[in-house]
Amino acid sequence: MTWTAILLAGVGCYLLKLAGLSIPARVLERPVVERVADLIPVALLAALVAVQVFAHGHTLVLDARAAGLGVAVLLLLVRAPFLVVVFGAALTAALLRL
Amino acid sequence: MPDEPLPRAERNAIVRDSLGVGVATGAYGVSFGAVSVAAGLSVLQTCALSLVMFTGASQFALVGVLAAGGAPFSGALTALLLGTRNTLYGLRLAPLLAWRGGRRLAAAHVLIDESTAMSVTRPTTAAARVGFLTTGVSIFVLWNLATLVGAVAGTTIGDPRHLGLDAAVGAAFLALLWPRLTDLRNRLVALVAAAVALGIVPVSPAGVPVLAAAGVALLAGVLTHGDDPTEFPKARR
Repeated sequence: MTWTAILLAGVGCYLLKLAGLSIPARVLERPVVERVADLIPVALLAALVAVQVFAHGHTLVLDARAAGLGVAVLLLLVRAPFLVVVFGAALTAALLRL
Repeated sequence: MPDEPLPRAERNAIVRDSLGVGVATGAYGVSFGAVSVAAGLSVLQTCALSLVMFTGASQFALVGVLAAGGAPFSGALTALLLGTRNTLYGLRLAPLLAWRGGRRLAAAHVLIDESTAMSVTRPTTAAARVGFLTTGVSIFVLWNLATLVGAVAGTTIGDPRHLGLDAAVGAAFLALLWPRLTDLRNRLVALVAAAVALGIVPVSPAGVPVLAAAGVALLAGVLTHGDDPTEFPKARR
């Protein structure tokens, strides 16, 4: 199952890239389609942050992950590089669990 | 479209900038590799994702959903939805890069956020191609090497929670989201999407809350007007 998902999604993601380079631009360049497509990453990433940090199975919890996210926000505000943000959050959570 | 040869100085400047972006981006493949094995994928599956899917947000999304106990199908669907933005990048870049046939097939694989950003603003096809290829290929090589390093390291460190790797995933998603939060509409969509996802966590299978958030994007896109100032500028034609 996992392999099927990996390969299907992987090939699908390639075809989405290829479609962009191959379809005549006017087909998708309607304002509504463009707005929705621009907003989908925003909505999905925000939901992924929320679920990844505050969900534990079917319950909502505040634990070390939330502190890690707080540190990530601070690091992003001072324009830290991606790796610093990610490992800063991990380090914070790890230290709180000691 | 002007298509004279690129002056050496301009070419070197584009290559230098693109390699800088390539190294910085490729390196965080380490965090993907570590997070992916922590989510329960094998080293081989992790490397296959970086080789075949090769678009960071989608890869993190797939392993994030699996880590939360979601069905592989939900993870795949989330990854595909995130991958749709590459289609838009392609639409912008196609007339600028002007590749056909086999070159287009190969170029499509490295069509991602960073290769788009480093090529879409170039004034000529020659300059755009240099920025696109230097960025795309350097990230592809480094991202895959870094994924392997992170995945192998991840298998040797035991319980990922002790290293805070579960917190790292949320931070990675936030860092990917951050550049898109510069205008009010995007911030509102992000807040509502997060609230909707958390609201249905208690009552739905894992993976579904994130997919439901795509509905927020759909509604907001249909109900609002105006351009999104955070998107890449249109390619000059």
